[in-house]
Amino acid sequence: MDKILVGLKRVVDYNVRIRVKGDGSGIETDGVKMSINPFDEIALEEALRIKERGEASEVVVVSIGTSESQQQLRTGLAMGADRAILLETDSAVDPLSAAKAFVKLIEDESPGLVILGKQAIDNDNNQTGQMIAALWQRPQATFASEVALDGDTAKVTREVDAGLETIEVDLPAVVTVDLRLNEPRYVKLPDIMKAKKKPLDTKPFAELGIAIDDAFTTTAYAPPEQRSKGIMVEDTAALVSALKDKGLL
Amino acid sequence: MSNILIIGEHSEGSLNAAVAKCVACASSISGAEIHVMVLGDDVAAIAAQAAALEGVSKVLTVEAAHNAAPLAAVLAPQIAELAADYDYVFGPSTTFGKDLVPRVAALLDVNQLSDIMDVVDARTFKRPIYAGNAITTVSVKPDYKVVATVRAASYKAVGDQTPAPVEAFACTAETPDHSRFVSVQTGSSDRPDLQTAPKVVSGGRALGSEENFKIIFDLADKLGAGVGASRAAVDAGYVPNELQVGQTGKIIAPELYIAIGISGAIQHLTGIKDAGTIVAINKDEDAPIFEVADIGLVGDLFKVIPELEAALG
Repeated sequence: MDKILVGLKRVVDYNVRIRVKGDGSGIETDGVKMSINPFDEIALEEALRIKERGEASEVVVVSIGTSESQQQLRTGLAMGADRAILLETDSAVDPLSAAKAFVKLIEDESPGLVILGKQAIDNDNNQTGQMIAALWQRPQATFASEVALDGDTAKVTREVDAGLETIEVDLPAVVTVDLRLNEPRYVKLPDIMKAKKKPLDTKPFAELGIAIDDAFTTTAYAPPEQRSKGIMVEDTAALVSALKDKGLL
Repeated sequence: MSNILIIGEHSEGSLNAAVAKCVACASSISGAEIHVMVLGDDVAAIAAQAAALEGVSKVLTVEAAHNAAPLAAVLAPQIAELAADYDYVFGPSTTFGKDLVPRVAALLDVNQLSDIMDVVDARTFKRPIYAGNAITTVSVKPDYKVVATVRAASYKAVGDQTPAPVEAFACTAETPDHSRFVSVQTGSSDRPDLQTAPKVVSGGRALGSEENFKIIFDLADKLGAGVGASRAAVDAGYVPNELQVGQTGKIIAPELYIAIGISGAIQHLTGIKDAGTIVAINKDEDAPIFEVADIGLVGDLFKVIPELEAALG
């Protein structure tokens, strides 16, 4: 295979404790640490391993977002991607428009595989990969926990509610990855230096001719309802009688 | 008047329990006419189950050999064809629905609303973001087809009714042959299904080993409960991944949830916040699980579990 495209989204770091703004207008993101969406990091790691096994010749990382997303693309280059493309916009891009933008890139780049995280940990939509596959009219293998390439096909094991499902898809295809697929490598300092010299292409999202969909408007943000703290019991006997009182035993 | 199409997920001849919860969500949109679509290679029994769900006015079936396995790429064009005439298309937020519904939405050239947890009005919905750390209210512009997944744990299943009519839908959509089902490996057991069991016993990292985790299974069997686990216990290899409860695993709402040796990371709590009664047993009195537990017991699980079993007789 010639090429793998990997989607990287810039999101609030998964270790940050999210806070809703006091006036309910959004999420507090000022001065908050930003990172590559962890699922996308796993997607990139998988692409790099495929390349290192000699099954692909180039790994291209792609992001859609503000110019600050260059930081995450540079991290992707430091992990080992060969080049990066940023589709730059200051607007929030919905999953359908993001998928349309990816398909435009796919037309230019002709990848054998497109790999993304199954969802971004900010909006938790879990849609973009499936939408790319639909618009591209190619197979999708979502929630992957194992990817095995074999010539023109891939066998993908998927984490589904019932357990592990295996499907076979013709290439090119879209794969979205789950947590247990691999453990992403750490970036080393010399690689960060090297990454500065790798190509990072920026194109204005507006030039793609894709109208950002305005169908959904988020009108309010609220913290989740908290469960109130209950009672503490001293021993097993007290636990059993508390459960009996509630009619649960 | 609006009409709603619900995708009837099923496996091994049974309708998935989440479908009855999607119907409940759809019923909260006033004046809605609710239809269920069932695709498969042998659908009669499943269609009959869907027809008996309270509020469903029609079931539409597409019976074909290529619908034997739940492949999103194969099912999506057929659903999109029928969905053209509907104002809303709902699927459950199971792995089946999450895989399939966005593909349907893209074919219909609309965005998808993920994980509806509340219907405010016909165009306004609530959904969680940031692993449930924030709840957003989203309004959808007029005349835009609402394609959505429904967070099953937020709804109670509808009851039964005199069965609605079942009709075959003459589907003409072309289906691709680029995706093929190979196999599914399930941890089959006679225990109640984790997602739908009224009682669930979950174990965490404190169990210490796959062998020790057996006491969780034994206690669950005494209670007639399903078994779950924290992500830490799954990552440590004590139990298979399909038992994971939490944001990246299963989101459940049993009447009784007993968390044993689980500290209560936010991602785990997101998966159980709709449970009726939460019981926490943990030797660390500062464990965050106690902040949400209705009944807490600080103690050594290896002592408490045998005592509990003895008390249950």
